[in-house]
Amino acid sequence: MRTRRSAAMTAAALALTALAGCGQGFDSNQAAASGPVSLSVLIGSSGDAETQAVRAATGAWADRTHNSVNLTLAQDAKQQLSQAFAGGTPPDLFYLDPAMFARLAKSGSLDSYAAALPDPDGFYATLRQTFTANGKVVCAPKDFSTLALVIDTDAWAQAGLTEADTPTTWDQLAAVATRLTTPQRKGLALSDTHDRVGAFLVQACGWYLSQDGRTATADSPENLTALRYLQKLLTSGSTAFAKQVDAGWGGEAFGKGRAAMTIEGNWMIGALAKDYPDRHWKAVELPAGPAGRGTLSFTNCWGIPANSPHRAQAEQLVAALTDPAQQTALAKATGTLPSRTSAATAFVAEHPEQKPFLAGAEHARGPVTATGFDSVLSDFDSGLLGLSTGGDPEQLLKTLQRNASQALGK
Amino acid sequence: MRRRRESLAGWLFTTPALVLLGLFLLAPILLAVWVSLLDWDGTRNPLAGGVPFVGLDNYRDLLTQDGLLRTDFATSVRNTLYFVLLAVPAQTALAFGLAVAVNNKLLRGRTFFRTVFYFPSVTSSVAISVVFLFLFSGTGAVNGLLRLFGVDGPTWFADPRGLLHLLLGQPPRWMLDTRVFSLSLWDWVSGPSVAMTAVIVLVVWTTSGTFMLMYLAALQNLPEDVGEAALIDGATRWQRLREVTLPLLRPTTFLVMTLGLISTWQVFDQVYVMSQGNPAKTTLTPAYLSYQRAFGDGAFGTGAAIAITLTALILVLTWAQRRLFGEGRG
Repeated sequence: MRTRRSAAMTAAALALTALAGCGQGFDSNQAAASGPVSLSVLIGSSGDAETQAVRAATGAWADRTHNSVNLTLAQDAKQQLSQAFAGGTPPDLFYLDPAMFARLAKSGSLDSYAAALPDPDGFYATLRQTFTANGKVVCAPKDFSTLALVIDTDAWAQAGLTEADTPTTWDQLAAVATRLTTPQRKGLALSDTHDRVGAFLVQACGWYLSQDGRTATADSPENLTALRYLQKLLTSGSTAFAKQVDAGWGGEAFGKGRAAMTIEGNWMIGALAKDYPDRHWKAVELPAGPAGRGTLSFTNCWGIPANSPHRAQAEQLVAALTDPAQQTALAKATGTLPSRTSAATAFVAEHPEQKPFLAGAEHARGPVTATGFDSVLSDFDSGLLGLSTGGDPEQLLKTLQRNASQALGK
Repeated sequence: MRRRRESLAGWLFTTPALVLLGLFLLAPILLAVWVSLLDWDGTRNPLAGGVPFVGLDNYRDLLTQDGLLRTDFATSVRNTLYFVLLAVPAQTALAFGLAVAVNNKLLRGRTFFRTVFYFPSVTSSVAISVVFLFLFSGTGAVNGLLRLFGVDGPTWFADPRGLLHLLLGQPPRWMLDTRVFSLSLWDWVSGPSVAMTAVIVLVVWTTSGTFMLMYLAALQNLPEDVGEAALIDGATRWQRLREVTLPLLRPTTFLVMTLGLISTWQVFDQVYVMSQGNPAKTTLTPAYLSYQRAFGDGAFGTGAAIAITLTALILVLTWAQRRLFGEGRG
């Protein structure tokens, strides 16, 4: 039976190969190339500033080492990477987001080079954790962002609030959100996604998965506390999801003056300067929940395919790109934080507006990287909106628990 | 001997077409079927071995296991059923109406109107979707228009409430508790959401141009004498339209409805651009779900299984429609 099945498979595979004219798989081990090579680099750029900065950094390395770098901008990085890996022609170096990291690491498609970099322990622990597979840090985190509370200082002053009122607990957050609410404006607006709401879970000492990432812990009392608190904010009228005030995300609601506070990441700094330069604002660390402070971190790593013939050169390039001085230059262009602790401290001294975001790094939680969790968490997202109209948080967590267990069990 | 040479020549002439069809039609379909039998995460070549073969597991998870996947699939089928029920009759009726209007010989500037009505069909669906996002935003033109009539419009793309839900109010308990194929009975009957309605309006508007063209071509092919005979018999305009024109256009109507049915089941780009399945998954379509599973989760096997199941569904529905129309006989 077994042989028949595999014979049929081979036949089908051969027939399809002939039909589709597919090239040789990328599974065959290729010899390492020596001498000057041309590296293909795929990045999902946030904008012109980032593209220019990466181009300059990679170009400088190429000139120094007599290699060349061919930079490609991704429109849809996930899709393009999947296609490239499936077709056997992955780029030599690419931005890799945590969700896709797990998939590639599991199948052994990634070069595990992080330990060989200079000062491999200089990266923030939360970021190294995100890119760990089978107990080993695989790739080097490029940079990172965390969430903070962004406050409209004009609205703050109008409501008669002072520096001393800056919320440091959940109760204080609820109180200032109410104070800041007017008929035209919500006190707080945030996006209805696990990428924001998750911070409340961390502050209550809850999370979707257990510490080792093997079991689902979605329907825990801690998570319920967090969602109940969020629901209280939403139903009190002081808080709304960005969509409900007709904005695409928290930053838009904030920029258009439909909310006096929002929970967003470092990218807010650039977005406000570009789209809403008239708004006066400041960022503070997210208030602490019953279990203390907590926030979420977002990051990408520099991925290198395991079987790339230009592995050695790509590793050299990453070493150059994650050098503290180079990281600072890149961070300046992208508005994110350097992933090395040494570089980050220096960077923040120069850019004080980034300070509250960096402070979050201490108690930040990275994204879930388990395979199949994209759908599980987007299902959770689709239930969040219902919290504002009397949806049952317990039911929401139960569904999440079931879906998460099923995804982990596969 | 001569016949054989002729048939050889025949094959020779059709070879280029066959090769093209095989390469761009048959091979991808076979490949999709093959992938739907694998647990393929998209990180290596699916033809080179080393990718686990799981047989019909992907289909089993999709159709028989109560879980997130089946719930999502049922939701997408529910959404599309409403989509088809509203969009297909609407676009067919609109296309027919437009065709009759621009076929009128007394209409001045016919060419102008034909171009105008056809325009949405040739414009990129992505561009139109973006324009609709603005039209249907909370402070957009549609709500502005509604405000003139004293109606406070919803934030269209953030409103997951079903239309029937809005009409009927709160659901009875038993409808919430009875579950059919992973969804509660109420989920099945609460109608397309407000957000989905906006997508339906868009699709009706963009596709009616193409279908108008088909009706127009058919109208111009109608034998004039039949219409004239009806005229002499004293039939009114309305009678001629209903008793003469419509029956004669039956094959076209069948074509338009079949094409409409197939394309509505495949709605993807509008959802991709405008809503990504939100709010509360009420604009999730099978095609978008397939994409999301494949490229979001890296479950390409599941994605392919959804696509193949969708194909089967479309084939069955097209066949059923053919039977209903009575085109299948003879």
